[in-house]
Amino acid sequence: MANDHDEKGHVADEDRRDILFLGTGAVGAVGIASAVWPFVDQMNPSASVLALSTMEVDIGDLEPGQEMKVSFLKAPVFIRRMTEDELASAADEDVSGMPDPDPRNPNATGSVADVQDRLVDAERGIIVLTGVCTHLGCVPLGDGAGDYKGWFCPCHGSHYDSLGRIRKGPAPENLPIPVASIDGDILKLG
Amino acid sequence: MGTIPQEHYEPKEGTTSKWINDRLPIMGMMDHLAKFPTPKNLNYAYIFGGILVLFLVIQIITGITLAMHYQVGEDSAFRSVEHIMRDVNYGWFLRYAHANGASFFFIAVYAHIFRGLYYGSYKAPREILWIIGVLIYVVMMATAFMGYVLPWGQMSFWGAKVITSLFGAIPLVGESLKVWLWGGPFVGEATLNRMFSLHYLLPFVIAGLTVLHIWALHHVGNTNPTGVEVRKTDIETVKKDTVPFAPFYVTKDLFAILLFLIAFAFFLYFAPNYLGHPDNYIEANPLATPAHIVPEWYFLPFYAILRAITFDLFWIIPAKLGGVLAMFGAIAILAFAPWLDTSNVRSTSYRPIYRWWFAVLVIDFFVLMWAGAMPAEGIVPMVSLLGTIYWFAHFLIIMPVVGLIEKPLPRPDSIEQAFKQKHDIIDESNTAGGVAAQPAE
Amino acid sequence: MKTTIKSVLVAAALGFALPSAALAAGGKGKLLGHEFSFDGMFGAYDQGELQRGYQVYQNICANCHGMKHVPFRALADEDGPGFGEAEVKAIAAYYEVPDEEGEPGDTRPGKPFDYFPTPDAVGNPPDMSLLAKARAGGADYIYSLMLGYTGEEKETAGTILYENTAYGGYLSMGPQLYGDDVDYTDGTEPTMEQVANDISAFLMWAAEPKMVERKQAGVWSIAFLILFATLVYFTNRKIWAKVKHPEDHS
Repeated sequence: MANDHDEKGHVADEDRRDILFLGTGAVGAVGIASAVWPFVDQMNPSASVLALSTMEVDIGDLEPGQEMKVSFLKAPVFIRRMTEDELASAADEDVSGMPDPDPRNPNATGSVADVQDRLVDAERGIIVLTGVCTHLGCVPLGDGAGDYKGWFCPCHGSHYDSLGRIRKGPAPENLPIPVASIDGDILKLG
Repeated sequence: MGTIPQEHYEPKEGTTSKWINDRLPIMGMMDHLAKFPTPKNLNYAYIFGGILVLFLVIQIITGITLAMHYQVGEDSAFRSVEHIMRDVNYGWFLRYAHANGASFFFIAVYAHIFRGLYYGSYKAPREILWIIGVLIYVVMMATAFMGYVLPWGQMSFWGAKVITSLFGAIPLVGESLKVWLWGGPFVGEATLNRMFSLHYLLPFVIAGLTVLHIWALHHVGNTNPTGVEVRKTDIETVKKDTVPFAPFYVTKDLFAILLFLIAFAFFLYFAPNYLGHPDNYIEANPLATPAHIVPEWYFLPFYAILRAITFDLFWIIPAKLGGVLAMFGAIAILAFAPWLDTSNVRSTSYRPIYRWWFAVLVIDFFVLMWAGAMPAEGIVPMVSLLGTIYWFAHFLIIMPVVGLIEKPLPRPDSIEQAFKQKHDIIDESNTAGGVAAQPAE
Repeated sequence: MKTTIKSVLVAAALGFALPSAALAAGGKGKLLGHEFSFDGMFGAYDQGELQRGYQVYQNICANCHGMKHVPFRALADEDGPGFGEAEVKAIAAYYEVPDEEGEPGDTRPGKPFDYFPTPDAVGNPPDMSLLAKARAGGADYIYSLMLGYTGEEKETAGTILYENTAYGGYLSMGPQLYGDDVDYTDGTEPTMEQVANDISAFLMWAAEPKMVERKQAGVWSIAFLILFATLVYFTNRKIWAKVKHPEDHS
């Protein structure tokens, strides 16, 4: 403790005290902030959940006209290989008049819901859809169901075509396409 | 008696504080807590109350977050704990903080209890404050015991089975009571489920009791190392004996808390399983008992007392029941300390005879802890028995008798005087009435 | 009176140390006190050691011991063995795991998100996920056990038991290491000591995969607490100065 009690010494003492108090408070605030983070982060997806966020499906045996259903992130995913006829007639259709012209495809490069941008593998005619109706979340029926030979939602009568585009009924959007890529016979979801 | 006079909270006209306070006097309560007149001579034995509040909060927060991932159930409990340790973000931190937090909670509570015993914190007018404290300690023990069951390891399972079996010793109703506690003829799914439910509930009971504990404290005021009460004549005199809690004891308690947290962090990060038992990393198996069942360290003194009674008590109480009664009695007897102590001197510092017996009690506590950790063979049963006898004799014989025969040392007239003496403050305005007694050197 | 309090505090410190030290002493066997790469406050797992340790597990232990809490994906942890994505896939596929979509009893090749399976072995050999934490002495116990066989055997009730100094008696698992037991891909000489060290380190990682993260967090936390405590100490002294030394502040 300094013993000089002149004006100057007093002022210096006050300043030093302010810096000490401010510094202590600032360090304390940093400590509290970093102690809070683990309690916030523990609610983020755990490693075991993240490990399930990608999935590989072998589609080597899928013949034209065949459909398979897998469960991915607790939702059904439809994987269908279109026939030559379906591909040809789908290519002729005019997208602009449809209820939802957006491709709804995170893998797509274009902005129109045509054959090119609705298919994951246009060459083989592979379409991958998240099987959740965009109306109220029911699972649509497949294998050429409905008026447009695609999928049909039995809950409120939404009709999707062979590219999973909404054509008739209350659903507002095309069936969404999950993040997917193809490497040979392996379809990678997520 | 009565409360310590304190400046009344008067918010300025037209302020938000006044608007709120007129409707809910919470601003006044905060002001009361912040400015609470606290004896200026409290030493570092008085830090543990603050530490205990912090650890109650740590245990509740880590506990609630762990419960977001824990899955109660015979087949899922152990697996979900491993899920927490391996997959959940910072899950290892939450679990190790919770497990070691329980240990440090008990270190602090034992220090707090022995501080109370040393400085006579149980004496009038603080009997209810003290009894609420004993209740908190009992609920803490129940909570810790149930928490240890939840990982469903070998020690969890066998600890649950052995401790709940104690209730089977009670005459007539024992067997039905045991089946009622277990939810069946065996320790299983039903037992684990109720342990989880109660383990989640009881901390909030502790929190409620803590509010009562602090309420009582603020009504009667803190004790202090001299045992001389704060002079309550008027606010000016009170100010000579006390300082406002904030900032004086905020920074002091915070400093103490940080030192305590350094020790806690060392265990949490570098020796997280040191205070645990390896067998609890083996999943519960009702067909194989571990070679040596030991409770967590904080139960050891009372576990030793339980095992010390190997003979029929007073020819009528069978040994098994005797052990149970002795164990619960050893804790319950604390609540009677206010009436067993006959001395009119509060602080043991001024009690030349009792001081030594107090030291023996502390040593006895650690001897019992050691005996509880050892297998019951060789000298251990004899040590446990002697330790148990002293524990009861201390409260039932030494406390009343020493209080009657002891000649206490002279005590200071006031906290102000003791404080000035200690810090060599030149006494310019001696307001203390009467002749200042000289404390013994 | 001050000395009384002090002696009480010292007794308290000793008292807390005693029971746990007694517990830590644990079993009746003799341990070798082997030093591991991950010992101490700054110790971390050695990736090569863990990768070799995994090889030992796969070639020797996995025939009888499962690791049901350890997922294959963990083998890619950077603080752990750090295998590449393709290596982890190959390791997972090497094991047959229960196929929950097929008939009961059906199996399929493992995927990275699966867990090490439990093999069908005689006598319920313990699961190895937590073995290094479930034995007093930890990794050192496993190391000492691997090297602790005396060669003595005895037959009890139709089972052959083997004497082991780390176990402190006879146990049903026979010696596992004879020298040259594993063909290490990284060319390390597979002496018995080397193999025992690697498997012990691997099992420690399997039991405590977050140890490196934990110790790093610990060093930071304690450094922070010391800094903050120092600042609070001076703040507190400053605050109390006018009460304890009023003559300096008049």
